[in-house]
Amino acid sequence: MLKDVTKRFTTKTLGTMTAVNHFNLSVSQGECFSLLGPSGCGKTTTLRMIAGFEDLSEGEIHLGGKPMSIRAKNYYVPPEDRGLGMVFQAFAVWPHLNIFENIAFPLKVKKLARHEIRERVARAMRHCSLDGMENAYPSNLSGGQQQRIALARAIVTNPKVMLLDEPLSNLDPKLRESMRFEIKKLQKEFNFTIIFVTHDQSEAMALSDRMLVMDQGEIIQIGTPTELYNKPINRFVHSFLGQSNFNQMDIISGKVYPQGNHAAPLGISAPKASKQMVLATRPNTIEMNQKEGFQTKVIKRIFLTDFIEYIVALGDEIIRVQTPHRNFFRAGDTCYLRFPSPIWYEVGQIPASVGT
Amino acid sequence: MVKARMENLTIRYGKHTVVQNFSLDVYEGEILGIVGPSGCGKTTIMRALGGFINADEGEIYINDTLVYSVKKRVNRPPESRKLGIVFQDYAVWPHLSVWDNVMYPLKKQRVPREQSRKMVKTALEQVRMTGYEKHMPSQLSGGQQQRVAIARALTSSSDLILMDEPITNLDAKLREGMLDEIRMLQKRLKTTIVYITHDQEAALHLCDRVVIMDQKGKICQMGSDEEIIQRPADQFVFSFIGASNFIPVIEKSGRYYLWEAKEDLCYSNTLPQGYHRGARNMMGIRPLDIVFDDTSPVRAVISQAVFLGSMFVYFVSLGGRELRLHRSTLDSLDGREYSEGDQVGLRFINEKYYQAENAGVSI
Amino acid sequence: MKLNFVRKNNDLARLDGKRFRMDNIMTFLSFLILTTVVILPVVMIIYNTFWDGSKLDLEMFARVILREENLAAMKNTVIIGVIATLLATVIGVFFAWLLGRSDIPLKGLMRWLFSIPFMIPPFLAAMAWDMMFSGRGGYVNRLLMNVFSLADAPFNINTVGGIIVIEAVYYFPFVYMQVVSALQRMDPTLEESARISGAKQWYVIRKITLPLTIPAISSGTLLVLITSLSNYGIPAMLGYSKNIFTLPTMIVERVNRAGGDFQGIREATALSVVLVIVVAIALFVQRKLLKTGRYDIIKGKSMRPALIKLRAIKYPLLVVSIVFLIFVVLTPLVVIFLVSILRAYGLPFSIENFSLINYQKIFVNNKAVIDSIKNSLFLGFSAGIICLFLGVMLSYVIYKIRPKGGGILETLAVLPYSLPGTVMAIGCILAWSGIVFGITLYNTIWIILVAYIARYLSYTLKSCSASLQQVHYSLEEASRSCGASHMESLVDITIPLIKPAMVSSFFLVFLPAMRELTTSVLLYGPNSRTLGVQIQQLRINGYMTQAAALSVVAIIIIMVSDTVVKAITKDRKGI
Repeated sequence: MLKDVTKRFTTKTLGTMTAVNHFNLSVSQGECFSLLGPSGCGKTTTLRMIAGFEDLSEGEIHLGGKPMSIRAKNYYVPPEDRGLGMVFQAFAVWPHLNIFENIAFPLKVKKLARHEIRERVARAMRHCSLDGMENAYPSNLSGGQQQRIALARAIVTNPKVMLLDEPLSNLDPKLRESMRFEIKKLQKEFNFTIIFVTHDQSEAMALSDRMLVMDQGEIIQIGTPTELYNKPINRFVHSFLGQSNFNQMDIISGKVYPQGNHAAPLGISAPKASKQMVLATRPNTIEMNQKEGFQTKVIKRIFLTDFIEYIVALGDEIIRVQTPHRNFFRAGDTCYLRFPSPIWYEVGQIPASVGT
Repeated sequence: MVKARMENLTIRYGKHTVVQNFSLDVYEGEILGIVGPSGCGKTTIMRALGGFINADEGEIYINDTLVYSVKKRVNRPPESRKLGIVFQDYAVWPHLSVWDNVMYPLKKQRVPREQSRKMVKTALEQVRMTGYEKHMPSQLSGGQQQRVAIARALTSSSDLILMDEPITNLDAKLREGMLDEIRMLQKRLKTTIVYITHDQEAALHLCDRVVIMDQKGKICQMGSDEEIIQRPADQFVFSFIGASNFIPVIEKSGRYYLWEAKEDLCYSNTLPQGYHRGARNMMGIRPLDIVFDDTSPVRAVISQAVFLGSMFVYFVSLGGRELRLHRSTLDSLDGREYSEGDQVGLRFINEKYYQAENAGVSI
Repeated sequence: MKLNFVRKNNDLARLDGKRFRMDNIMTFLSFLILTTVVILPVVMIIYNTFWDGSKLDLEMFARVILREENLAAMKNTVIIGVIATLLATVIGVFFAWLLGRSDIPLKGLMRWLFSIPFMIPPFLAAMAWDMMFSGRGGYVNRLLMNVFSLADAPFNINTVGGIIVIEAVYYFPFVYMQVVSALQRMDPTLEESARISGAKQWYVIRKITLPLTIPAISSGTLLVLITSLSNYGIPAMLGYSKNIFTLPTMIVERVNRAGGDFQGIREATALSVVLVIVVAIALFVQRKLLKTGRYDIIKGKSMRPALIKLRAIKYPLLVVSIVFLIFVVLTPLVVIFLVSILRAYGLPFSIENFSLINYQKIFVNNKAVIDSIKNSLFLGFSAGIICLFLGVMLSYVIYKIRPKGGGILETLAVLPYSLPGTVMAIGCILAWSGIVFGITLYNTIWIILVAYIARYLSYTLKSCSASLQQVHYSLEEASRSCGASHMESLVDITIPLIKPAMVSSFFLVFLPAMRELTTSVLLYGPNSRTLGVQIQQLRINGYMTQAAALSVVAIIIIMVSDTVVKAITKDRKGI
């Protein structure tokens, strides 16, 4: 059963502001899809429109082939009738109900039989590693446990579509990894579609099958995480998805030279017949060794947990290279750089200000 | 010259001994980092230095003057120890302007008016806050308040400054810049700085010498950033610095195995560098130092593959256990894709060996 | 880290000899003052109730309790308390919902109307209602009788029912305040997650919103209950003429009838004990009934819960609410003013009957009135200053020095908050009538001052300690490390930072003290009448129009002081 979430021409005007502009999206069943963007880009508004908490100014939303909201016909299905599961950023676990009651709530609303409620709640709890905690109250529990309660409550009705709002940002880093894994596992077992929203690019890339980057209400690029990371369509996407170096290059007779130092070429092919372009690289895709490549000097060395970061001279500018600890240089040492995957942009494009 | 000395400090909270027999010298003109997880006692040591806590045993010297001694019944109050302190939450007084904040120590020291005005101006210049004299702290950003706190520590004592997690509350973007500023400030003024933090990245970035403490308050290693990264003294330091895998190594008939003496767990036929002969060894290896190698006899199955952008994180299972592996995007540019369920070969590079008895913390 | 904090201060204290002694002195003083001001009266009450000077005497207690008129008073107190509280809760929650969650217009106007009852002392409001609805003489009754040609007065406010209604209508803002803040700041995702789970709007309100607001509702309810049980002014104004008594008014009546006779005072004391027991039971029952846990439902996010659209009932509800509020809040004020400019009470409201003669009578050559204003100002001011300093010292001792027994200090300081004012007053009479150390303060202004200090100390303590605890210890340590001694730290850093709280603490005492009646009605002497007492006396002696005039003056003083306070405390930048 192919399931589409289609949004056509959605313009939500808040006062005189357009939060989401002509947004079109199609998500397949069983997919894990994320909306990534800086704060205020409209991703949360979009999610809330899918959930039904906000109405559209223009356009349509369909879930599972059924229409949910059609502005033109004034057709609107309220959230409680959309058959979704949703996990909120701050979990929204009800403090006055114990864990069993929290998870059973959606089933009680549907007025299911007692024994069936008990069964389904037990199953949901098992899947979310909450066994034995029926009578506990949420306020004594950790963030990770509350997250799981929220998840269990969302899956207990077997929804076809799950919405997640910044699902991992309220957890501490160690917990994030294990929750990522659990969410993926749940999705495989229950085969629902996940649509989630985040401002954290590593969260988006780690979880999604496909994702989009948006800014100021508009989609900038859609694709798989590796596509977006390795072939970003512009500087904004490039810098938003991860650390980037942007260095202006002079192109002379088909060879690439760093600005300010035309002594030796970089050893990569020039893009087209322009005089100047911006070379975009990621610190962890530059090879740094002691033998061959573009010769330059190490300016500074910074130890990071996973890599060492070297700040290296590139003509008048600097470039950052991240490389494993075993690749060892000192400030002032000579080193050699190779660039296996350069990306080129026109001069004048603006990168994202990654304000996480 | 020794700027400050702590000898055999022992500090207890009720029955709980937080710091035991701690001794450390701080040399003039250095930036010394004291790093450890929360609860290891580093903040306690700083407060003992500052005079806000009384140690149960031991002595403290500042500038060759005895400021604290249990035996000799000496206990100088904080105001007479001539230190500058930068607190974690900056502790900039909200009801005083920037100028008054930085001027306060000089007022207390009764420095003559003209001279103190000069000193305040200089201090503000050093932290690039000239022009903000009349501002109130509530009008400043976190980073600016931080600089005011540093300026105030400078007027309090340009000699010896203690910093307690000074950059933790700053935005990630500002942190690196602030560390560089502190470094440049110190170079100009030749101040001695003791930098206390749980963030090993910050400490290794900034400090000349780093002291690493474990949860029990013991000093595990002391040295330069290079020494700590390249030659971590024990398992605790190794795992504190970054993500790590620890694997007990079995030696049998001149061949070296992971965990058990099985054929597909034999990773070396020769004596590995750093291996301790005649003892039980624990191998510590960084996720980035385990690479995929089809020619290696060690076989594993990928149980999880996650793309984080800057690298791929793989969890591989072998011998019934799991290892964590990082693969930088650079390496993955060779086009090989690895997914869950694939069988792969593993090669180990640059591993460290620790004797299992004094292994420190086992993960 | 809490360990750290406690230990640090002990060490700081041990560091220099001078400091040590100062801390000791402050602690000692705190204990001494609280014992004298709080424990002594309470002990005297218990002592005098059960001890007749030579032996244990439970007989008198039993006799007093079982006397018919006292039983009636007890019954009235409980009935009025419970029903008024229920009524106030319903009205309060209704308005909290209306203003906090619906899209009704004119919210600003309604909020402003809510703030007015807080400014008028209950007895003044009751007096106004009495003027409007008391039997055939009540002005509104007369109007209705005329308009509808009724034979008899349609409403009689001098009944238990009347007292209940007035109390409910006067106290519902307490419930409103607590509930509206909870409703407005509730995390909206708590309700949204219920809707996504399939629940319709009404189900969500029933199962989620309401249960989560119960802690807020119950704290408002508790406040109203205790206030109602302890209230003197409203039953005094409305019930006296028809011999309807509650425990507080009965106690005062007893003392007045006793005329200094010790036995009479003892009986009043016994009644006080009964009142305390009733209050204690109420507290206990309430705690049991509503197992309140403070739910953390308020998140820091700026998203507010969505407003419920009222649609069809919006304007009818608006009209009903505004009319109700105006009637309840503004008409008493209007009536008092109108009566104050009548030539004589009972005359109809018409231009020819208006004159300013009453104002002349109360100000010109009227020593009693001028003295009462002076006394109230003096008491308000002194109590404010003394409570302020005591509050600062006590909070410093309790929260920064943290001596052994600090918990006791805290309990003692807050105890009078739950004790009815009448009871504290009786205790003060007993304590300061020459029985202890031969000190007689009775019939002087000083006994009122002592009672005020006991009563209002908990206000300044709460305010100052909240502020003091916000002064992070690193701020003081920073100044120590900059070369300041402990004393200098206090003066340069700590005190300036709690100044805003100190200022508002002063007014927290000054304003209520200026206009209170409950305590001073038992303690005033011929030369130490307060403003409240003077107004009441004028009324009792039949000078209704002058009482009204003085009431207007009192209300103006209160409103002016309130505005001044708001202006001062708005400018101050807190921490």
